[in-house]
Amino acid sequence: MYTQGLDQQGNKTEGPEPVESAERLAAFQARIDDEEKIEAKDWMPEAYRKTLVRQISQHAHSEIIGMQPEGNWLTRAPTLRRKVILLAKVQDEAGHGLYLYGAGETLGTSRDQMVADLLSGKAKYSSIFNYPAITWADIGAIGWLVDSAAIMNQIPLCRCSYGPYARAMVRICKEESFHQRQGFEIMLTLSRGNDAQKEMAQDALNRWWWPSLMMFGPSDTDSKHSAQSMAWKIKRFSNDELRQKFIDVTVPQAEFLGLRVPDDDLEFDQETGHYNFGEINWQEFYDVLAGNGPCNTQRMANRQKAHDDGAWVREAARAYAAKHAADKAA
Amino acid sequence: MADQNWPLYEVFIRSRSGLSHKHAGSVHAADDQMAIDHARDVYTRRNEGVSIWVVKSSEIIASDPAESSALFEPAADKIYRHPTFYEIPDGVENL
Repeated sequence: MYTQGLDQQGNKTEGPEPVESAERLAAFQARIDDEEKIEAKDWMPEAYRKTLVRQISQHAHSEIIGMQPEGNWLTRAPTLRRKVILLAKVQDEAGHGLYLYGAGETLGTSRDQMVADLLSGKAKYSSIFNYPAITWADIGAIGWLVDSAAIMNQIPLCRCSYGPYARAMVRICKEESFHQRQGFEIMLTLSRGNDAQKEMAQDALNRWWWPSLMMFGPSDTDSKHSAQSMAWKIKRFSNDELRQKFIDVTVPQAEFLGLRVPDDDLEFDQETGHYNFGEINWQEFYDVLAGNGPCNTQRMANRQKAHDDGAWVREAARAYAAKHAADKAA
Repeated sequence: MADQNWPLYEVFIRSRSGLSHKHAGSVHAADDQMAIDHARDVYTRRNEGVSIWVVKSSEIIASDPAESSALFEPAADKIYRHPTFYEIPDGVENL
């Protein structure tokens, strides 16, 4: 995505770095306030650039790590139909990761650097992918709940102030819709099945419900990046607003499935038109984020192994390209 | 690791014949053919295209946003280039 900047890193032209004067910052904010999109080569405050690189790369890493819980079921999908669907979904996740790395690279940080930060543990990914997919119903719950929550988060990002990120999100959101529906369909099939299948669907909902709510991040009062991101229109809605929206649309779907949402405090509030819900265990969220979730170690080990095992392929492709470039020149 | 970095290509897709190619995004690839293959896998999984162009990002020459006013402002005050500039009395047709 027009990342010429990458090639020029480290050999910037002479002259002082453009300063972040009050005027420049105000002019930048005015563009944002006017709903103008910021493009890759436009001037932007360093903090804006850094925030975007952090968010876009974490988003990309989440897509890539997110292939693991589902990839786990590719060889054990119950039917050929389910298997081709799951393959397509996992391939989409890889694609989403690539769109996002591409968007991130327009900001002047290479994909290699972003991947290195993931592998060193410096960059994070969504905590949801540190939970295991232990039954087939989990594949249903992931599509239905995790992808729904992701869509809730991502639709406002299609209007994000940074053009390349917004465009990547438009493409991603179009594709997520299939992910969500295929998940719901798995849950529907199980919940219309025999008692053991219904139980399996309920068990998956029990385990994925709360981690899905945590995907929206801590309450706004505790979220350290929220206010600035809102001002920059990287973020359009607060974490709590999006979480409430997710609960409001998902509870009726659970009812349709005949499943029980595992929250004793859940009740519809006639006055506000929203569901009230119970306390979220934020300690669990912070523990998983800190690396102590059920699968953190395994996810990172798999990612590192895939990266290492692919090294010879990357080298061989380069050698092949170099050889043929030399043949052409000769 | 940096020396294993495959070059970056920009991807342009023609969504159907009759339309122009449009920028879709970018891919990394070791060579031109691989760039086409990756662009196919990444950007046309749902019949989004009938033709793909790829070009090395480093080969693209772009205008400088910092100079965009000098570049584009001269067009702004030439409103006589638009048909709406001209006043045509009622009753005159086919103009």
